[in-house]
Amino acid sequence: MRIYDHPILGGLREKRKVSIEVDGEIIEAYEGEPIAAALLAAGIRTFRHTLRENKPRGLFCAIGRCTDCVMTVDGIPNIRTCVTPVREGMRVETQVGLGKWRRI
Amino acid sequence: MDAELSVIGSGPAGLSAAIESAKYGVRVELIDENILPGGQLFKQIHKFFGSKKHYAGVRGYDIGWRLLREAEDAKVNIRLNTTVWGIFQSSNNRIGLFDQQRVFFSKPKRLVIATGATENPLSFPGSTLPGVMGAGAVQTMMNIHRVLPGRRVLMVGAGNVGLIVSYQLLQAGAEVAAVVEAMPKIGGYLVHALKLMRTGVPILTSHTVLEARGDKEVESAVIASLDKDCRIVKGSEKELDVDLVCLAVGLKPDAELCRMLGCGFTYVPFLGGRVPIHNEDMETTIPGVYVAGDVSGVEEASVAMEEGRLAGISVAESLGYISEGEAEKEKDEIKERLRDFRIGPFGSPRQEGKDKILTEYKRWFSNEGKRDS
Ligand SMILES: Cc1cc2nc3c(=O)[nH]c(=O)nc-3n(C[C@H](O)[C@H](O)[C@H](O)COP(=O)(O)OP(=O)(O)OC[C@H]3O[C@@H](n4cnc5c(N)ncnc54)[C@H](O)[C@@H]3O)c2cc1C
Ligand code: FES
Repeated sequence: MRIYDHPILGGLREKRKVSIEVDGEIIEAYEGEPIAAALLAAGIRTFRHTLRENKPRGLFCAIGRCTDCVMTVDGIPNIRTCVTPVREGMRVETQVGLGKWRRI
Repeated sequence: MDAELSVIGSGPAGLSAAIESAKYGVRVELIDENILPGGQLFKQIHKFFGSKKHYAGVRGYDIGWRLLREAEDAKVNIRLNTTVWGIFQSSNNRIGLFDQQRVFFSKPKRLVIATGATENPLSFPGSTLPGVMGAGAVQTMMNIHRVLPGRRVLMVGAGNVGLIVSYQLLQAGAEVAAVVEAMPKIGGYLVHALKLMRTGVPILTSHTVLEARGDKEVESAVIASLDKDCRIVKGSEKELDVDLVCLAVGLKPDAELCRMLGCGFTYVPFLGGRVPIHNEDMETTIPGVYVAGDVSGVEEASVAMEEGRLAGISVAESLGYISEGEAEKEKDEIKERLRDFRIGPFGSPRQEGKDKILTEYKRWFSNEGKRDS
């Protein structure tokens, strides 16, 4: 959910819109925002599943400390989505366990 | 050419340290792993209070812009998107860096570690579900990136972060179902609590969260009241319809680099737990390595700036850019302002904590054998 109007911060300044692919679906994002922000804006809150118990995990610290938010990005697993900026055409995948490396 | 001083972390502490030392002519590099400088400042959209000299009435992000301009004027070299992953005492405090492309090293003469703090987690059934987040994390998402991670919120903790972030959630358009606080009293400043209470948000003291429920994500949360021995009062459980649980249960110093370096530590619960020992000039037990801000004990942004200045001047003095007498005068003024901060019911336990750290520093060098690290 984006915050368009804010009593202190004012209106949302539009940035350049780009498209990214999340588990095969195209979503719209602002260039340069953290991947996690784009996902939240699109209503996605589950980013990965744990190795042994397949439990869902999402954003926790949002400043790159806890690694709860890691996903596979452009074939590289364990990318902290809260501190990694969005680029046009990025491919983001829900990660299971430690993920797999894949060349794309 | 390597910088004479590397400052790690560009929050209020690191920025102030960099500005102050650069003003006296030190060649400074300011390193941060974030894409943006400023640390926690740009998410602090509330007005600071206290006295004029402590930036009262100014919002956190405006202080951030001021500091960035000053850093530019002082010709501080800011290197963003770069993580310091190691410091090596055996090779004269050489630091290892990674800028998302390559790993490299640098060998500054002095170091200021200003890496800030991390939020404490809290464990309960459901606490790992998506939708349970740190309150600071929510603050980052809504105030910097302008997205809301949920619509109806349970805030856990009525310290300053819990109170401020609850109010900011309302400003961002969310609903706050309740703030629960395990202690019988609100922990934060009364002004923040009153602001929130005027909007009708219940602040439930002697209450805690028992569980976050939901199949894949948070769909509700269970709270209960606590008796005077902090035991759950049977039958007081209540299920709240919320999709976000925010944890505001304290911060702890992010002092891993200090630990790696072998700095001495001591335990001060009121400053966030284990903190690196330092002297009045903010120098750690490793000569030439300084700390400032939350990493040296969790307080607040205004204190972080003063400590940063103190470290910056001390570095300039140790490198011969400023005479001892001149430095002493500047440092005394800062120390007085810091003492002003650390009075009253919220301040004096912090002053006691800092006094303990100074005592430990003296003990460290008089009695090398006694290591609490
Ligand atoms: C999420 C959060 C929200 C907060 N909200 C408030 C608030 O609303 N009001 C208030 O008074 N206080 C708040 N605080 C307390 C706050 O920590 C202080 O007010 C102040 O910002 C501390 O300043 P600092 O410079 O010590 O650290 P910070 O502002 O945290 O800055 C530390 C910087 O170091 C960088 N860093 C850390 N490790 C490395 C590394 N290895 N390599 C490179 N860079 C690194 C980080 O990216 C960060 O930019 C908050 C703290 C947190 C963690
Ligand atoms: S949410 Fe903690 S590292 Fe991203």
